[in-house]
Amino acid sequence: MPTKPEPVLDIRDLVVHFQLQGGALSRLLGLGVRTVKAVDGVNLTLARGEVLGVVGESGSGKTTLGRALLGLVATTDGEVVYHDRERGERRVSHMRGRELRQLRTDLQMVFQDPHAALNPSMTIEEAVGHPLVIHGIAKGDELRRRVGEALERVGLAPVERFLSKYPSDLSGGQKQRAVIARAIILDPEVLVADEPVSMLDMSVRAKILQLMLDLKTDLGLTYVYITHDLASAKYFCDRIAIMYLGRVVEVGPTEEVFANPRHPYTKALLKAIPEPDPERMVPRDLPRGEIPDAAVPPLGCSFHPRCPEATSICGWESRDLRALIEEHWTRGSAETYARERDLVGDLEHLDRPDTRPRVGAGGALEVRGLLAEMRAEDPDEPLWLGVDAIDDDGDGVRVSFHPGEDPQLRAAGDVDVACVLYP
Amino acid sequence: MGSFFRGIWNTKGQARWILLVGVVITLVFIVFAVLAPWVAPYDFNQTKLDGAKLPKLAPPSGTYWFGTNDQFYDIYSRVVWGARTALEVIVLSLVISIVIGVPLGIASGFIGGWFDRILVFVNDAIYSLPSLLLAIVFSFLLRGPLGGGVTAAALSITAVYIPQYFRVVRNTTVSAREATYVEAARALGAKPFTIMRKYLFGNVVQSVPVLGTLNAADALGTLAALGFLGFGIQPNEASEWGYDLSRALDDAQAGTWWPTLFPGLALILLITALTLVGEGLNETANPALRRRRLRPVVFPRREQDEERTR
Ligand SMILES: Nc1ncnc2c1ncn2[C@@H]1O[C@H](COP(=O)(O)OP(=O)(O)OP(=O)(O)O)[C@@H](O)[C@H]1O
Ligand code: SF4
Ligand SMILES: [Mg+2]
Repeated sequence: MPTKPEPVLDIRDLVVHFQLQGGALSRLLGLGVRTVKAVDGVNLTLARGEVLGVVGESGSGKTTLGRALLGLVATTDGEVVYHDRERGERRVSHMRGRELRQLRTDLQMVFQDPHAALNPSMTIEEAVGHPLVIHGIAKGDELRRRVGEALERVGLAPVERFLSKYPSDLSGGQKQRAVIARAIILDPEVLVADEPVSMLDMSVRAKILQLMLDLKTDLGLTYVYITHDLASAKYFCDRIAIMYLGRVVEVGPTEEVFANPRHPYTKALLKAIPEPDPERMVPRDLPRGEIPDAAVPPLGCSFHPRCPEATSICGWESRDLRALIEEHWTRGSAETYARERDLVGDLEHLDRPDTRPRVGAGGALEVRGLLAEMRAEDPDEPLWLGVDAIDDDGDGVRVSFHPGEDPQLRAAGDVDVACVLYP
Repeated sequence: MGSFFRGIWNTKGQARWILLVGVVITLVFIVFAVLAPWVAPYDFNQTKLDGAKLPKLAPPSGTYWFGTNDQFYDIYSRVVWGARTALEVIVLSLVISIVIGVPLGIASGFIGGWFDRILVFVNDAIYSLPSLLLAIVFSFLLRGPLGGGVTAAALSITAVYIPQYFRVVRNTTVSAREATYVEAARALGAKPFTIMRKYLFGNVVQSVPVLGTLNAADALGTLAALGFLGFGIQPNEASEWGYDLSRALDDAQAGTWWPTLFPGLALILLITALTLVGEGLNETANPALRRRRLRPVVFPRREQDEERTR
């Protein structure tokens, strides 16, 4: 590995938010716009010639990040800088129109669903050759020659058999090969591959990945490989970035991330990789709980509601308390639920993030007792670490949590981790 | 397009018969329309033979198969020439509404924003007017510059149908715009115009042929109504059934039945046939097309989700 890798893409504090419009009623009531923080402050550098894996669960913002790299989605803040060999630094995130279209000769994308990515009313020849037509690079015989060349490169041979086919005539693997051919025909520098094999049959996945590796060596490509499948990332990537709710929580060389995972989320993901040996196959065991709403992410470390190693300063708050109370009820009987529901009163207000929430409607002492009972039920629950004080407040109590910390990416050994355990 | 005809060929059951009957009757009319100069004994505007006037209101006979009317026209000839007028107006008005409505719909749906909102508003306003009223207004306006001929009638009808194509195409475009292949086209560096022309057009015009056949019957009805009310094609410009019907109404009350019967029958037959074609296509080709072509954009379920729901 070279001592100082030459960067090809720089992602600096990249933020992509989506405005979600509510219905007409909620807009009237002024509850209108919700913002989904799809990418929420990402810093990454892509070195020339490497394969960077971007791994995360559904909704972690992988696709949005990939689209932002190509300028397919408007950035809210931060920037993406492309280091052009000839023209020097170019800010993808601030390009528009013609300049952005021109950039496509250098940055290309392979999509998750090869079937949807091909125009159903274009033949393979037209589809694969269209980039050259769009950019006015080739036409006539030259165009046909280069299309043939690209198809051969991706293993769609004999070429004549595929030229006049429509996407619906091809298998999934063949379609993805055509999509790849279309992406490489412009001889790009960087290829963003968004889960290129996840929709394909098991039997062709490895072949497509191998094809991509061959193309990389032959054409000197740089890859951003987006996936939720750590096993394929291990095989494919030089470096891995783990994403959670729009943030990169751990990034480092593949071997190091696998051999020595540091972030609790990475550990959980690694544990969830299915064993290749079916005899010893364990069910996937993703971290507890649901993925939180990206519109209102948890306070502090956004992973804390699911983190088995969470500490007192990870950002405990009202919503965690609500989740805990409701979880407690799933274990009890219907009568206990009825009694305790009257005791704690309405929980709706806990949905507003708050580090000093108030609960209870049936007497401070009783509520305190209930909380103590819940704590005894599961003393290892990390939420209790975050409780600073429980004070009486009318006929309920006010639970004060320690203020949370939002951990930033920091170097820890060979990797960068965003977790308070690695200060 | 190929799949469209294949879809028709593959239709089954009741729909197939509806379609077949409609197509056969329509074909008969087309044959008459094309061969009018040869199968009609007289010209559409001919009232004299060798300097002598044709008889007025002569009943059907060996010489005048369908009789003659009060304007000294041979009714059989008028009916045959009327088929030609009807088909000319239908084809012309459909082609013009498609040529205007489809690109407008694609642009509106693809570009979106204010452009889209204004077009949709104007379009809905036009659409909400009674179509006959609209056609009358336009034929009134067009009579000055274009006269009372086929072109003016076709254009008046066009005004009624543009909104329909616009609406259908615009709505399909709005959903097709979100398709991955459109994003892929952007990722290839295609200009908006290229995306509309090469990626959207071929996929959103699929619904147009069926709409076209459904509108054909309607267009003929509108043409006849215009003629009947006196806003349509003038008798010396071309033969038109609606006009002939309105002329013959007084005679019908006096018991002279042939001037109304034959143009009326032709009108009803052709409208029915075109409706059958449209309905037959709609019933068979359309759902098939929808399934085949306009796939809704569904985001694939993720393996992990499946894992979890299992
Ligand atoms: N165009 C959009 N408009 C509104 N919200 C969006 C849009 N695209 C993505 N989002 C939201 O942004 C978040 C991140 O989405 P993204 O598709 O980037 O995740 P992902 O990691 O690629 O997930 P998956 O593994 O399911 O593909 C999600 O909550 C998603 O609902
Ligand atoms: S900061 Fe680290 S320990 Fe705390 S919740 Fe987040 S991942 Fe867990
Ligand atoms: Mg995705």
